[in-house]
Amino acid sequence: MEAFTTHTGRAVPLRRSNVDTDQIIPAHWLKKVTRDGFEDGLFEAWRKDPSFELNQPERAGATVLLAGSDFGTGSSREHAVWALQNYGFKTVISSRFADIFRGNSLKNGLLTVVLPQETVEALWKLTEADPDAEVTVDLVARQVRADGVTAEFELDENARWRLLEGLDDISLTLRQEPEIAAYEAARPAFKPHTVQV
Amino acid sequence: MGRTLAEKVWDDHVVRRAEGEPDLLFIDLHLLHEVTSPQAFDGLRKAGRRVRRTDLTIATEDHNTPTLDIDKPIADPVSRTQLETLRKNCAEFGVRLHPLGDVEQGVVHVVGPQLGLTQPGTTVVCGDSHTSTHGAFGALAFGIGTSQVEHVLATQTLPLAPFKTMAITVEGELPEDVTAKDLILAIIAKIGTGGGQGYVIEYRGQAIEKLSMEARMTVCNMSIEAGARAGMIAPDESTFAYLKGRDHAPQGEQWEAATAYWRTLRTDADAVFDHEVVIDAASLAPFVTWGTNPGQGAPLSAAVPDPASYADASERAAAERALEYMGLTAGQRLRDIRVDTVFVGSCTNGRIEDLRSVAAVMVGRQVAEGLRMLVVPGSVRVALQAVQEGLDKVFTAAGAEWRHAGCSMCLGMNPDQLAPGERSASTSNRNFEGRQGKGGRTHLVSPQVAAATAVLGHLASPADLAPSTAPVGV
Ligand code: SF4
Repeated sequence: MEAFTTHTGRAVPLRRSNVDTDQIIPAHWLKKVTRDGFEDGLFEAWRKDPSFELNQPERAGATVLLAGSDFGTGSSREHAVWALQNYGFKTVISSRFADIFRGNSLKNGLLTVVLPQETVEALWKLTEADPDAEVTVDLVARQVRADGVTAEFELDENARWRLLEGLDDISLTLRQEPEIAAYEAARPAFKPHTVQV
Repeated sequence: MGRTLAEKVWDDHVVRRAEGEPDLLFIDLHLLHEVTSPQAFDGLRKAGRRVRRTDLTIATEDHNTPTLDIDKPIADPVSRTQLETLRKNCAEFGVRLHPLGDVEQGVVHVVGPQLGLTQPGTTVVCGDSHTSTHGAFGALAFGIGTSQVEHVLATQTLPLAPFKTMAITVEGELPEDVTAKDLILAIIAKIGTGGGQGYVIEYRGQAIEKLSMEARMTVCNMSIEAGARAGMIAPDESTFAYLKGRDHAPQGEQWEAATAYWRTLRTDADAVFDHEVVIDAASLAPFVTWGTNPGQGAPLSAAVPDPASYADASERAAAERALEYMGLTAGQRLRDIRVDTVFVGSCTNGRIEDLRSVAAVMVGRQVAEGLRMLVVPGSVRVALQAVQEGLDKVFTAAGAEWRHAGCSMCLGMNPDQLAPGERSASTSNRNFEGRQGKGGRTHLVSPQVAAATAVLGHLASPADLAPSTAPVGV
């Protein structure tokens, strides 16, 4: 997993609440066999509408999603997170996220930042008026900064540490290699094996 | 204080325990299939990681595999890609695979036990919720997500939050016409589809001890339909007898060492469960579902319930929606419900004993006019055994279709699906809207009820049948 310390980028204001995972990535995309290539499925239905924010040329290359409240509700599909990342988003800001979506995001290194609705509103206004306005999400200082906005945010210490270090669950576990090896060495011989090695 | 069976198995697998962190558990057996593994292998490849323990990993193809013309290329390109991807991944990472056409191919939860890989006191995981099946051997077995599949492939461990323990004690003896499937459907109806949330259930009591291993698998299989993380049954002489001599069962001295350990895997007399449920076996009867979740069930002799009879508003609304979807009316007798299709198979009821009990009902009888009956063995081994016993002939003589092994109509990822509005009696485990095909209506039943229903064309049990015309001894 890529480490997240601080990120600055242009933003996409998404003035919609209760965006569920079916809207983020529709079910028919779940038959794919990779974790990448979901970018075209992201908000697929809405993108058919030329006036949708993501379709505006000035939003190309934006990396910060400014979402409405209750973002990521619905099914537990990890594909929703992959789709946002594949598209190029590094962080999503909202006043409230669905629990499972948030868990999946942090597992995959997509930083979800919770800010009060007034602050999200201020960021919407700023980025709607000026598509070139940049938003900085600073995980070290736990702060979001933009022109006229400075807001602190919270994240539990364990999740923050893992993001700062770029540690996914697997690399964390691999740090316990001596313990795993010791356990393996002591395992009884009668335990089943699928193949002889 | 004593420990429960689940706690003993958990404790024996702790690789690391640290304050403020989840326990890191060692995984003894990792089962793979084509649907939930591709992104996990992809993740390994990207990170330059290998499969840590190929000797504790095994893969089979089941969810997408066709049950007809298995020697021809698979028509659906998406299914074909998923199978080809599994084959490529297993070859690249050195994982043992039993592909379509192989003698050990079959539904992943049928294959593990029949190879003797599922053993008491082991931890078993698979990217599939019905991994709970393996708990029938006293294993701690549960389904995991794709990120966790990758985690196990890379590390052979999982960081896990603790669970709560529940005992479901089934006292007394099951009436003769009541099967393990009726029992678990009745349990789910009693505790609800969320009743097991956060728990590992241990099934115990006289009625459970008397069940065969295959019947125990049926019970543990559907623990997930009660919302539980896993279901378990303490290993005993039946367990040992089932395992003895199987391909991967311990042998010689190892067998002695293993059974000595397995005998310790019983809940201590002074252990305390977080929750206890007691069920009187004698009160049970053949059980079927009428709704769109596995908790919406009733005895076959009952009628479709009136939603207004539910005190809880959300249950009432759910019942109303279910009746609407199922095309049923309150008060209608369950026995009067006519079905179009009977499906016998799945990891719940696709083993040899299930096929035998269906054949015992079908022999000398005919599938009702206009009704389609599919018999899909859970694995190639089950199919071969059935053929050896002549069961396939009984099915085809009765007018049923004898198919190749796989998940098939349990979830309709292959061409075996219900058409919109079609109604099935199915020995599988989920009756969700659209589960067996878009607009399809599913009644979950035991193999015996499935067989009697196929003959009569409406939900029925063998007791409803006129005597068979089969000559004695067939
Ligand atoms: S038979 Fe059904 S429940 Fe069992 S693994 Fe296959 S799809 Fe899942």
